[in-house]
Amino acid sequence: MSAASPGAGPLPGYNFAYLDEQTRRMIRRALLKAVAIPGHQVPFAAREMPLPYGWGTGGLQITAALLGRDDVLKVIDQGADDATNATSIRRFFARTAGVATTERTDAASIIQTRHRIPETPLRPDQVLVYQVPDPEPLRGVETREAEARRMHAAADYGLARVALYEQIAHYGRVRQAYNHPVIVNRRYLASPSPIPRFDNPKLDHSPALQLFGAGRERRVYAIPPHTPVHSLDFDDVPFTVDADDTACSLCGATDTYLDEIVLDDHGTRRYLCSDTDFCRRNRDGGPDHE
Amino acid sequence: MSDAPLLEAEAVTCRFGRVTACRDIDVAVHAGEILGIVGESGAGKSTLLRCLAGVVRPASGTVTYTDAGGREHPLHALEDSALRRLARTDWGFVHQHPHDGLRPHLSAGANVAEPLLRCGETRYGRIRTAARHWLEQVELDPVRMDDRVRTFSGGMQQRVQLARNLVTEPRLLFLDEPTGGLDVSVQARLLDLIRQLVARLQVAVVLVTHDLAAVRLLAHRLVVMQQGGIVEQGLTDQVLDDPQHAYSQLLVASELRC
Amino acid sequence: MLAVRNLHKGFTLHLRDRLRLPVLAGVSLDVRAGECLALTGPSGTGKSTLLRCLYGNYRSEQGSIRVRHRGGWLDLARAHPRQVLAVRRETLGYISQFLRAVPRVSTLQLVAEPLVARGVAPQDARARAEDMLRRLRLPEALWPVPPDTFSGGEQQRVNVARGLIGRLPVLLLDEPTASLDPDNKAVVLECVQEAKTAGAAIIGIFHDTAARDALCDRAYDMTAARPETCAG
Repeated sequence: MSAASPGAGPLPGYNFAYLDEQTRRMIRRALLKAVAIPGHQVPFAAREMPLPYGWGTGGLQITAALLGRDDVLKVIDQGADDATNATSIRRFFARTAGVATTERTDAASIIQTRHRIPETPLRPDQVLVYQVPDPEPLRGVETREAEARRMHAAADYGLARVALYEQIAHYGRVRQAYNHPVIVNRRYLASPSPIPRFDNPKLDHSPALQLFGAGRERRVYAIPPHTPVHSLDFDDVPFTVDADDTACSLCGATDTYLDEIVLDDHGTRRYLCSDTDFCRRNRDGGPDHE
Repeated sequence: MSDAPLLEAEAVTCRFGRVTACRDIDVAVHAGEILGIVGESGAGKSTLLRCLAGVVRPASGTVTYTDAGGREHPLHALEDSALRRLARTDWGFVHQHPHDGLRPHLSAGANVAEPLLRCGETRYGRIRTAARHWLEQVELDPVRMDDRVRTFSGGMQQRVQLARNLVTEPRLLFLDEPTGGLDVSVQARLLDLIRQLVARLQVAVVLVTHDLAAVRLLAHRLVVMQQGGIVEQGLTDQVLDDPQHAYSQLLVASELRC
Repeated sequence: MLAVRNLHKGFTLHLRDRLRLPVLAGVSLDVRAGECLALTGPSGTGKSTLLRCLYGNYRSEQGSIRVRHRGGWLDLARAHPRQVLAVRRETLGYISQFLRAVPRVSTLQLVAEPLVARGVAPQDARARAEDMLRRLRLPEALWPVPPDTFSGGEQQRVNVARGLIGRLPVLLLDEPTASLDPDNKAVVLECVQEAKTAGAAIIGIFHDTAARDALCDRAYDMTAARPETCAG
């Protein structure tokens, strides 16, 4: 596959990247505020998008607000470029903005993602846009929205650790496999969108700008480049990623996040890299192979 | 007991719309002292308590809290965050209904652990030890510390609530009808537990109740409220044995009859 | 140690059409350290009411009750409730006929409590409580039991123990020997006599004339301070 498939120019009759320019500015203003207060949820006037809620309307609007004609867009869903959600969003921008698209992480300038951070290390000139179903990390422990906001304002996050306490007390360890909350820049508690625990360390001091959009909840938040991101834990029970030396049955990698695929009714399983781009290039002779 | 009050309300009036729940209340609580507030339902006891705890903002008047360092905090002029900090470090609030003061879907241990976590404790081991210790202090079997509070009886839930409010070793404890929906034997046990813990920990208590036997047992001083105002206050045994005001006499006489 | 001037006390029964019941009118008396004053007069002349006023249990309407407390004089009739509590803790003891038991608290703890409240180390307080109970011949088997199941005489002795253990300088006694058999009565009187010898100022009600004669130096006749409006 080529590094980037050139776009054919925007669809006539539509605004560039679907949203009108004033809306794109409004979203960019919200994003600037979000970058200025890392981890803080900033409300924005989310628009109706031609996509149902839950399919990435928040991420879609951020991407629409950021796209320029020279951008190269990559869209992944659970790490895969060829999932329905990823394919349709990629095609949406290829048609409405006429921008180039790619499946290669290193060739993209904007990567919209659902539930994963690519295995290939990101660069300072890249932007990672997350689709977030629920931006409120306290939702599980505090159902009152107003109270949750007061807790953010006062950095009163003890309650968030209660959920971890319960897991350790019941199971001897934190069992939460994804959406493990993080403290951004030593201040705000944030939901890492539901990425697996495995990806949490990649949030920390990432050279790329990370933007999070929740369409239904109408909030955006951000982790600017090189921002400290600490996964919530206890001093004596630190955050860890489960060590697992299972290898990808396609590329043989043992240091990637694997999808489990059940092959038959007898429980035969295969494990594959969730990041399809990384896996393919690993098989082709390593990520640096052109 | 030192002479400077820990918490002092001056001319506090609370209104809800056109209803005046408390009228021109002056009251003070000192370190290590138990202050009882009695009166009929709707007399404004709970509103006054919530006002003293900074939960309800009075229409007029001031509530001043003096911290361990001798600094005075005018509660209702504080920023929300400062008030929350005081509320989580310096005092506790035991609600009449356990479900108002507990998180029933969490374990007993987690309920006791939460205030510690909110005070900044980040060591799991410490939290676990403290939770076990305080559950024992309120005479609950630590074997059940990982069971959901929802599965506990009313009296046990109320004891979990007490443990949860004592774990941060507060200087001031607000009790709103702590024995409300409990049967008599459990009530006596809980009251005695409160009495012993308070004496041992030297925490100041504001106790709202309509149970005169409870205040006789627990309170040093007593405030009698009627229709939003204080009609009488003084030494507990004096108010109960020699009530001056018509309403106090009615209250005491009613108690003795049953 | 205690100086009462022109003390008035009556009850207004709001529930009985504000019926006014005057009980004391112009009580004046003094008690010095090491002195015992007996309150005398028939039933209903306000002896117990006077003691309760002196203890701050009843509110005095007029007059003053000055007590020597922390090296100064304090008027209990006008004192703040917290001052009254301090006086009760450090200066003024009261032994009533009835024991107000606290549920689930052992007898030994109950007796030691006044000392603990004054800051005595719990072990020392316990040791002194044990001495006191042994002295009053309360069977050792009863010490760890809360006193609510005790006989009248046993409860009475617990009460005496609790009242005397603090060695307070002023003592108010309301029939301390009422429900006791002669042997126990003698022990209690001996203890009170000891307190007196040690310098306590005592005001007491004793129906038992032998006890009164043995202990008291003077008597105050309550009929002298009867309100005129009261026929009885």
